Amino acid sequence: MGIIKASRLIYDYIRRDEDDHVEEVNRAIDGLELDIKAGDFVAILGHNGSGKSTFAKQVNGILLPTEGTVWISGMKTTDENHIWDIRKTAGMVFQNPDNQIIGNIVEEDVGFGPENLGVPTDEIWRRVDESLEAVGMTAYRMKSPNKLSGGQKQRVAIAGVMAMKPQCIILDEPTAMLDPNGRQEVIRTIHELNKKEGITVLLITHYMEEVIWADRVIVMDDGHLVMDGTPREIFSRVEELKGYRLDVPQVTELAFELKREGVELPDGILTIEELIKYLLPVLQSAGARA
Amino acid sequence: MSIRAEHINYLYGEGTAFEQYALKDVSFEIGDGQFVGLIGHTGSGKSTLIQHLNGLLRASSGKIYYNGEDIYQDGYDMKGLRSRVGLVFQYPEHQLFEVDVFSDVCFGPGNQGLCREEIEERAREALCLVGLEERFWTQSPFELSGGQKRRVAIAGVLAMRPEVLILDEPTAGLDPRGRDEILDEISALHKEKQMTIVLVSHSMEDIARYADRILVMSHGEKLFDAPPKEVFRHYRELERIGLAAPQITYVVQKLREEGIPLQEDITTVEEAKAAILKLLGKAGSEA
Amino acid sequence: MIREITLGQYYPVDSVLHRLDPRTKLFGTMVFIVSLFLADGLAAYGVATLFLVLVIRLSRVPFSFMVRGLKAILFLLLISVSFNLFLTPGTEIFRLGFLKLTWEGLRLAGFMALRLIYLVIGSSVMTLTTTPNELTDGLEKSMGFMNRVGVPVHEISMMMSIALRFIPILVEETDKIMKAQMARGADFESGNLIQKAKSMVPLLVPLFISAFRRATDLAMAMEARCYHGGAGRTKMKPLRYARRDYIGYLVYLVYLAAVIVI
Repeated sequence: MGIIKASRLIYDYIRRDEDDHVEEVNRAIDGLELDIKAGDFVAILGHNGSGKSTFAKQVNGILLPTEGTVWISGMKTTDENHIWDIRKTAGMVFQNPDNQIIGNIVEEDVGFGPENLGVPTDEIWRRVDESLEAVGMTAYRMKSPNKLSGGQKQRVAIAGVMAMKPQCIILDEPTAMLDPNGRQEVIRTIHELNKKEGITVLLITHYMEEVIWADRVIVMDDGHLVMDGTPREIFSRVEELKGYRLDVPQVTELAFELKREGVELPDGILTIEELIKYLLPVLQSAGARA
Repeated sequence: MSIRAEHINYLYGEGTAFEQYALKDVSFEIGDGQFVGLIGHTGSGKSTLIQHLNGLLRASSGKIYYNGEDIYQDGYDMKGLRSRVGLVFQYPEHQLFEVDVFSDVCFGPGNQGLCREEIEERAREALCLVGLEERFWTQSPFELSGGQKRRVAIAGVLAMRPEVLILDEPTAGLDPRGRDEILDEISALHKEKQMTIVLVSHSMEDIARYADRILVMSHGEKLFDAPPKEVFRHYRELERIGLAAPQITYVVQKLREEGIPLQEDITTVEEAKAAILKLLGKAGSEA
Repeated sequence: MIREITLGQYYPVDSVLHRLDPRTKLFGTMVFIVSLFLADGLAAYGVATLFLVLVIRLSRVPFSFMVRGLKAILFLLLISVSFNLFLTPGTEIFRLGFLKLTWEGLRLAGFMALRLIYLVIGSSVMTLTTTPNELTDGLEKSMGFMNRVGVPVHEISMMMSIALRFIPILVEETDKIMKAQMARGADFESGNLIQKAKSMVPLLVPLFISAFRRATDLAMAMEARCYHGGAGRTKMKPLRYARRDYIGYLVYLVYLAAVIVI
C-alpha cells in the first residue's frame, strides 16, 4: 500500500432544503481506486467539476468518504483519533493565495502550523527557517503577505505546509490565479521539494505544461479515473484528452498533427527539444532529397 | 470609431513621497474593428491603461480621444463613454449581485435610462451572444458553473451594446475547453458584430491566434505596437521583460538555426504544420 | 478615503519603545490615560507633558505622525471646547447674547482640550510602536485571566488578527467591484439618500459574497493546518518580560505618583 490509497471511494454532495430533506445529490467521486507511491510526483488533470478538487480534500480529511475508504500512510481518514496526524502527514495548498495565509507577517504565517501542533518554540523557529529556505522566501520573512506577488504568496503557503514536516503535499490548482512567471516559480519550488526532500506531491492543475515533468499523470472525468500513466503515455492520446475537455501543449499538438499526416515521429512528444531532435533529421533528409 | 491616447501619464500617490509612474508617456490609436492583444507582466501598467480607456481612471497628464472627441473636456458624457467602451474586469463573475441571471444582465442597460422593453431586448440579445441557454436565465447566477458565471458577467457588459469591448484576462481560472469557448465567442463578436476588441492576456498562444495587433507594456511604458508576427520576432526582448513567445515560435526558431528554410513569422500550430508539410513535399489536409 | 486613516499605523524603526513588551505598553497607555483624568492643575499637566515628550523622543517616530490622529477628532475637540468655554458658570469676562465667556470656562476648556489631545497622542505612541500582531498577542496574554470567567480570549484575539490581515484585501476588493459596476453604468455619487442607498446594493451583495467565500476558504485552510483552537497550542513568539519592561513599570509608578502628589 502506498502513501495515499483510495478504495471504492464515493463522495456525494448533498443539498438539503430547510426541513433537512434531501433535495439534490451530486456524485462528485464515483468508485475511485487509486494507490500513490511515496516519493512520486503525481499530477491530476481534469476539467472543472471532474471531481479532482473533491478528491484532494478527501486526502486531507477535510471531506470524508460517503462510501469506501481513504488511507494516508495506513491511517483511515474516518478515524477521528488520527485526524491531526493525517493532516500533518498530508499538507494542503489551496488555489487562492490570499485566502490561506493567516499571519500578518510571512514568518508568523509559516509558524502557524507548528504552533497548532504544539511544537516547542525553539523547534518552531528552526522549522520556519528551514521551510522558508526550502521555498526561497527567506529574504521576505518580515514582509506583510499583502506586499507579495501571487507566486510568492503561494510559496509562503507551501512553506507553511512544509513547517509541519509532511510526507506528502497536495496542491489544489495552486497556479490557477497566477501569471506565467508566478506559475513557473511555484512549479519549480514543488519539483525541488519532491527531489531534494523526497516529498510526495499531488498536483492538481489544468495547465498541461505543468505536468510534463511528473512521474505519473492521472486524468479524472465525471468522478472516475479515466487515464493513468506517464506524461508521455497520456500525451500521446491527444484525441482522448480533448474528449475530456483537456488540451495538450503546443509542441505535442504539432507533433501529433504532423504524425497524422504521415511524418515519422514518436508518440507523445512533450518538449521543444524533443520535437527538434526528431523533426530535424526528417526535414534535413527531405532537404537533401530536394 | 477609434480610441486615441496621446502622451498618457498616470502617477500613483501624486504629491507624496511614494509618487510612482504607473503609465509613462503612452500613445497609440486603436482603429475601428481591430482586435488588439495587450500583454505585459503583472504590474506593467496594462490594467491601469485599460481603465483609462473608459474613463474610470483619469490620466495625470495627456489626452484621450474617443471618435475624435476629447474625453476630458468639460461636459463630456462619461457615462455614455462607459457604455460605448465596455470593460470586463478580471474574474468578472465576482460582480454579479442580482437574484437571477436575466436581471443581472439588465443592470447595465437599466442604467442607460432605456425603457423596459428595450432593456430586456438588449439583455436577451447579450445572453444569446455569449451562448447561454435560455433555461439558465431564471436561475440564480450563484448556482451556475464558473464558465457560465463568467459568460453572464460578459453578457452584463455586452447588454449595453458597446462599440469597443475590453477584456482583462477573460479566461483566468477556466479549464482548457472553457478557455477555448470564451475566446471563440469573443472572436465571433469581432468577426460577426465587427466589434473592436482589446484582449488582455498572459497566454501568448491565445494572443497569437486571435489578435491582429499587439501592444506590449513594460514598467508603465509601451514597448512594442505591431502585428503578432512582428512582435514575436523579438522574443528575446520579450523574455527580458518576463514574457515569452508562443512555443511554436521557439520550435521554428530552433529549426531555422539548424538551416531549415522556414519563415520566421510562424506563430501558430496550423501555420507550422502547413509550412513543415510543404517542406516535406506533402500537401497536408489543410494546405 | 479608507486608506487615509493613519491612526494606529505601525511606524517601523528600532527604538527602546518598539522593543518593549506589548503588555508593558498597553499598561503604560492605560496609566497615562488615568493620569490625565487625575491631573488637576497646571503642575500636574506639566508632569504629563514632560512624560509625553520623553516618550515621544524615546520612540524615534517623527512628531508629525503623532499629531496625524488629531485630525480625526478635530470636530469633537471643537465642540467640547466651545461647550466648556461658553456654558460654564462663573466670573464673566464678556457676554455675547446668551453666551458668556468665563474664567472658569476658559480654564476648563483648556484642560479639556489638553486632555483630549494628549489622549490621542498617547495612544498613537502605542500603536505607532507596536505591530498589530504584538498588540493582539499582548491583549490575549494580559486578558488571559478572563478565560476563567468564560471569555474566549484566544478566539477573540485570533479574530482580531485575521481581521487585520483581511481589511486591506477587502478595501481593495471594494474598489474593484465599485469600478466594475461603474463600468456597467452604476452611479455611486449622485442622487438623494434613498437613491444612494439603493445604488449600494450592487456593491454590497458581491462584497458580502466574497467575504463569505474568503471566510470559508480560510476556515478550511486553517483546519488543514491543524488549527483546533487555543488548547495545546504553542507560541512562535511567546511574550517574555525583559529588564527594560520592569524599568518601564517602575517609571509608570513614579509618574503616576508625581501626577497625584503634585
